[in-house]
Amino acid sequence: MLSNITIGQYFPGNSILHRMDPRVKVLLLLLFLLEVFLFSNAVAYGIFSAITLVMMLLSGVPLCMLLRSLKPLWWIILFTFVIHLFSNPGTPIATVWLFTLTWEGIQMGCFISLRLILLILMSSLLTFTTSPLKLTDAMESLLSPFRRFGLPAHELAMMMTIALRFIPTLIEETDKIMKAQQSRGADFTTGNVMKRLRNMVPILVPLFLSAFRRADELAMAMEARCYRGGIGRTQMKSLKTGGIDYLAIGGFVILTAALLGIKLST
Amino acid sequence: MSIELKQVSYTYMPKTPYEHKALDAVSFTLEEGSFTAIAGHTGSGKSTLVQHLNGLLHPENGQVLVDGTDLAASSKQGRKEAMAARNKVGMVFQYPEQQLFEETIAADIAFGPKNQGIEGKELEERIKESMELMGLAYDEFKDRSPFQLSGGQKRRVAIAGVLALHPKYLVLDEPTAGLDPLGREALIQTICKLHKKWKLTIVFVSHNMEDIARLADSVIIMNHGKMAIKAAPQEAFMQTELLQAAGLQEPAMLHLLHRLREAGIPVNDNAIELETGIKAIREALSDAE
Repeated sequence: MLSNITIGQYFPGNSILHRMDPRVKVLLLLLFLLEVFLFSNAVAYGIFSAITLVMMLLSGVPLCMLLRSLKPLWWIILFTFVIHLFSNPGTPIATVWLFTLTWEGIQMGCFISLRLILLILMSSLLTFTTSPLKLTDAMESLLSPFRRFGLPAHELAMMMTIALRFIPTLIEETDKIMKAQQSRGADFTTGNVMKRLRNMVPILVPLFLSAFRRADELAMAMEARCYRGGIGRTQMKSLKTGGIDYLAIGGFVILTAALLGIKLST
Repeated sequence: MSIELKQVSYTYMPKTPYEHKALDAVSFTLEEGSFTAIAGHTGSGKSTLVQHLNGLLHPENGQVLVDGTDLAASSKQGRKEAMAARNKVGMVFQYPEQQLFEETIAADIAFGPKNQGIEGKELEERIKESMELMGLAYDEFKDRSPFQLSGGQKRRVAIAGVLALHPKYLVLDEPTAGLDPLGREALIQTICKLHKKWKLTIVFVSHNMEDIARLADSVIIMNHGKMAIKAAPQEAFMQTELLQAAGLQEPAMLHLLHRLREAGIPVNDNAIELETGIKAIREALSDAE
C-alpha cells in the first residue's frame, strides 16, 4: 500500500548533472534563483528559460516526471497569474464588473508565472539529480565554515542522514504492521475521521516501539564503532570538484556578465 | 474447498526505475486440509506470494480464488471480498510479536474477533480457547502486559490473536525465525497440533529443509518470482539441480546419504528425515556384515 512512495525524488542516472559536485550545484542554484529575481527583463527571461530547458534535457530525467513536480504548485501559479492580470494599471483591454484587464497585467502575469515555474523546475532538477545523501554531504561541507560560530554542521548533517536513511525502513515497517492488523480484520479505509484516528492506534503503538528500539540499537552500534562526532572524521566518498564543475562555474560567470551587460545597456 | 492461484503476477513500483517483478505467472492449488511449505532464497517472492493468499496484495494479472471467490479485483467489490477472505485465511507475519499493541494480552487477542463483530461471552470464549491452543494459561496471562513476556511467549500471543479469528487456513511466514531451539520445537509441535486436531490448512514459509521434510505434505519452491517445483518433499528434494538453482540445499540427512553413495556405500538414498535416514544407514551396515 505504501510501497509506491519514493523518498525525495531522486532519479538515478549518470548525466552531466548527476556527476556534478553537489556543493557546486547547490551554490549555483542559489545564485541562479537570485538572478531570476534580480534581472527581470524580457531578454534575461528568454535566456533563463533556454538554460532551464537545456538543463532539463541534459539531466536525462523524463520530461513528464519533471513537469509533474509543477503539479502541487499549479494552483498557486494560476492564482498569481489571475491576480496580476487584473491588478496592474495600464492600457485597459476589457472590464469585468469591478476588475479591469490590462495589457500590462497580462505581461506581468506571464512574467511572474514564468518566474515561479523556473524556480520550481530548477530546484527540482537539483533534487532529481542529487541523491539525498549527497545533498546532506554538500550541506555539511557548505555549513562547515560556520562551525567557528558554534553551528554543529556535522551533527546536523548526520541527523539528516539518519532520518533519511530510516524513512524507507519506517515506511516498510508501517506497511508490514498495517498488513498484519488488516489481516486481523482492521479497516483503515472506511468510517469518519474520529474512527479512522482511533484505528491508527494499532499501527502507531508498534511503530513507536520499534522506532525507539531501532534508535537505541543504532546509537549502540555507532558507539561500538567509536563514533564520537565530526572532528577529524573523513568520508569514504569525499566530494570532489572536477572539470564539469569548473565549466559550469565558468559558464555561470559568463551568463552573469552578459546579463549585467544587457541590464546596464538598456 | 481450496485456495487457488491462477497465473498470478505482481510487480512492485511499476513504471519507475525501481520496478521489480516479484511474481511471474504463479499457479497452484492449496487443498483444504493440506500442509504446504513454501521455500526459496531471500527475494524469491515468498512473502509477496503469501500476501496474495488473503487479499493484502492484489495481483496485477491472474486470479486468486479463496473457496471459489475471486480476490483479484482491486475495486470496491474486490476489497470487500478480500476483507471477508481475511476471516477465512489467518495470516501470521514474520516476527508477529511486533504487531502487539494493547495493554493486556486478552485485549490484544480480542482485536481480531472484535473487528469481526464478536462480543461478550463468545469473545471471551474465543480468547480463552486460542490462548489455551497456544499453550498460554488463560487465568495466568490474560491481564498481563504483552510487553513483559519473553520473545517466544510474545509470538504465541500474536499467533493466538490470529487464531481467535477462527480461520480455516493459517498462513505463517517463517514462524520460528529468531526463536531458541526449545521454543522452535514447541512452536512446531503446536502448529502440528493445529493441523491434526483442529483440521487447519497450514501454509508456512521456511528456510529449514529438515522442518519441511518432516512436516509438510507438499512443498512449493520459488525462484526469481517463478514457481520452480511443487511436489511432495520426497520428490522435490530429489531434484538437486533445481534446488541448487533456487539457492537451496537438500536436507542434511539426504546430503549425507548422497555422499555415502558417492563413496561407494550402497545405502538407500531417498530418506529425507532423520529417523528414516538412520534406518537406511543401519540397513546398509547390517547388509555389509
